[in-house]
Amino acid sequence: MNIPAELKYSRDHEWVKIEGNHATIGITDYAQSQLGDVVFVEVPEVDTEITVGTGFSVVESVKAVSDIYAPVGGKIVEVNDALTDAPEIMNEDPYGEGWLAVVELTDPADLDDLLSSTEYEKFITEEGN
Amino acid sequence: MTEAKKTPLYETHLKYGGKIVEFGGWLLPVQYTGILEEHRAVREKAGLFDVSHMGEVLVKGVDALAFLQNLVTNDVSRLTEHKIQYTPMCYKDGGVVDDLLIYKQGEEEYLLVINAANIEKDWQWMQENKGKFCIELTNLSDTTAQLALQGPLAQSILSELTDTNLEELEYYWFLPRVIVAGKETLVSRTGYTGEDGFEIYCRSEDAVALWDEIMTVGKPYGLLPAGLGCRDTLRFEACLPLYGHELSKDISPLEAGIGMFVKLDKGEFNGQAALAEQKKNGVKRKIAGFAVTGRGIARAEYPVMAEGRRIGTVTTGTYAPTLDKNLGLALVEAEFTKVGQEFAIEIRGKNVAAEVISKPFYKREGK
Repeated sequence: MNIPAELKYSRDHEWVKIEGNHATIGITDYAQSQLGDVVFVEVPEVDTEITVGTGFSVVESVKAVSDIYAPVGGKIVEVNDALTDAPEIMNEDPYGEGWLAVVELTDPADLDDLLSSTEYEKFITEEGN
Repeated sequence: MTEAKKTPLYETHLKYGGKIVEFGGWLLPVQYTGILEEHRAVREKAGLFDVSHMGEVLVKGVDALAFLQNLVTNDVSRLTEHKIQYTPMCYKDGGVVDDLLIYKQGEEEYLLVINAANIEKDWQWMQENKGKFCIELTNLSDTTAQLALQGPLAQSILSELTDTNLEELEYYWFLPRVIVAGKETLVSRTGYTGEDGFEIYCRSEDAVALWDEIMTVGKPYGLLPAGLGCRDTLRFEACLPLYGHELSKDISPLEAGIGMFVKLDKGEFNGQAALAEQKKNGVKRKIAGFAVTGRGIARAEYPVMAEGRRIGTVTTGTYAPTLDKNLGLALVEAEFTKVGQEFAIEIRGKNVAAEVISKPFYKREGK
């Protein structure tokens, strides 16, 4: 399972990459492997305000519909429109081309609740048990 | 709920990397490598499914035909030895108990293949309908395993393991006592994928060896182990009904669009009066096929909307891999089921445009 060291992780299986007060969000390699083939992504709209822990996007595999919960709060400033026509890139490159949105952080303290890569690895190992 | 059951192939599924889920009280693989890849393998090459969860009931006795004629809606008297028939089995009110296959093994002997989730209910129903018929019912479900080898290369693969000439076995016919990889099996040219293929019935203790042999000889042909996930997308594209979705105690065969398996003139049977009435007056609801023309995937239970009100319910909806479209089946008011009719599917509170299209969504070329 690929868990890049430089990223932060939520317990809902999103990854967060911090650059200044901007956070890029996507789903983890573990999340995409659990979902299976992604065939639809409801890409959120730019300027939407999102709050920590609430659903702001929906990812659908062949069998299942899954909410994507906001790992941080803020305003969406950029979204990955490529997912509309090519949802499979979430499976192929979850930490790269498969990113979902960029959020302008409201409160950087949100980041304190996120997990490091080692903590996340432990978390999914325990969840898997 | 009782504990979920395992088929004889449970350990084999783990060995082949199957992702196990519970389905109808059974622990079965939803996928191995991925639903889309397995779906494509069955359409283009071949896939091997464990369908040992299916139930088998043997009907034997001098009244076997009379008992079945009363029990199911199709005309069982049309069967000849080694031929198979698909049929709904109805309640008096025309609702469906189950849909099944009937294998005629002899003049007084028939094998019924029923849905896994309905085994106990069907067994009970058959007992209740036994009445004065001189028959013996035997539930073979626990001692019988079943593999489904499906796809255009299925015949080539299976032929490597048997001396029986499968070319001569036609669609919806079967052969008893076929030796496959040294094991005695019953082989039928049937399936639930919309492709050519075979269903292979064997003793539970032979299932693992058969599975391994078929996977081994099938490898050069591109055979993949296939899970329940693609079994559902494959049958869905072919518009084969799934009990609990397109058929139920509340949905009649006529509403489901499988009236060709209801022979009203064959003599008395369960549901005959109710179904004759439905046929005479026309059904109020029908299963329609539709394409989502807006953005979104319809799922079972989502409301179907038109003219500002709810006109029906999605029974199955998903991404259709072979057609690369988001399609669905829905039970809707009959007046909204003509091809080209527009309506909306309510997806997470929003109405998304959809249009009725013809069924089946997918039909294979050739035989």
